Amino acid sequence: MARALINLPKTAKPGAVIEIKTLISHPMETGYRPGPDGRLIPRNIITEFVCTYDGEEVFRAELSPASAANPYLTFTTVATKTGLLRFTWMGDNGFSQTEEAGITVG
Amino acid sequence: MTTLVQNTPVHRRTILAGGAGLLTLALARPGAAAIIRPTREATVEAIRRFTGGATVQAGRIHLDMPPLVENGNTVPLAITVESPMTEADHVRRIAVFNDKNPQPHVVTLHLGPRSGRAAVNTRIRLADSQTITAVAEMRDGTFWSATADAIVTLAACVEG
Repeated sequence: MARALINLPKTAKPGAVIEIKTLISHPMETGYRPGPDGRLIPRNIITEFVCTYDGEEVFRAELSPASAANPYLTFTTVATKTGLLRFTWMGDNGFSQTEEAGITVG
Repeated sequence: MTTLVQNTPVHRRTILAGGAGLLTLALARPGAAAIIRPTREATVEAIRRFTGGATVQAGRIHLDMPPLVENGNTVPLAITVESPMTEADHVRRIAVFNDKNPQPHVVTLHLGPRSGRAAVNTRIRLADSQTITAVAEMRDGTFWSATADAIVTLAACVEG
């Protein structure tokens, strides 16, 4: 399990635009870098990030080797109702991690 | 011989007229230069694949990246698009491309009316001093783009 940091307000007014900050620890090995033996280190990156709000997709990102290590993404969403936000990172070698965070709207 | 003499001024005039036309275009729309600027073939091809061959206009999208980058391994990049983000008018996708990394694609972002605002921050890798191009696809199918330049002192991707 990679360490993931998620930052979003705990409470929000209905209809307010909230900012969500996410960061996950991951080497994001590009596949273009030579290792100590001179051979290229195989690619190992996160390729996709999805955020759902009460089951509905609100944000998605497709990443490539040009993303920095420990992918950091901030985005916004409209606080519609009290519910659960689910964050999923998927990547090479079957990498998949899901985190959850709740928000109270009212 | 006479034909040659007659032909020469016509040629010259055509070229001059064409040049003047280009100059007017460049003066009238300084933003358009961002798209005309030659990029690597792979980048152009990647942008074409993203837009499906549609025309890309300059504007509406803003890129914020430091012009002088000490470490190309983590370069902060902020993307904002001028859009009301309503059901009828919102940003559908934003894609970022580079000129000189081993791969032209940087990141593709999917947004929608639930986003509220079209503002995304991330950190990217830059292998060399180069130009970053961002293209946004709107709900109405139009494409808008912007570019940002960065000078990189320590390259990413290729070096250990």
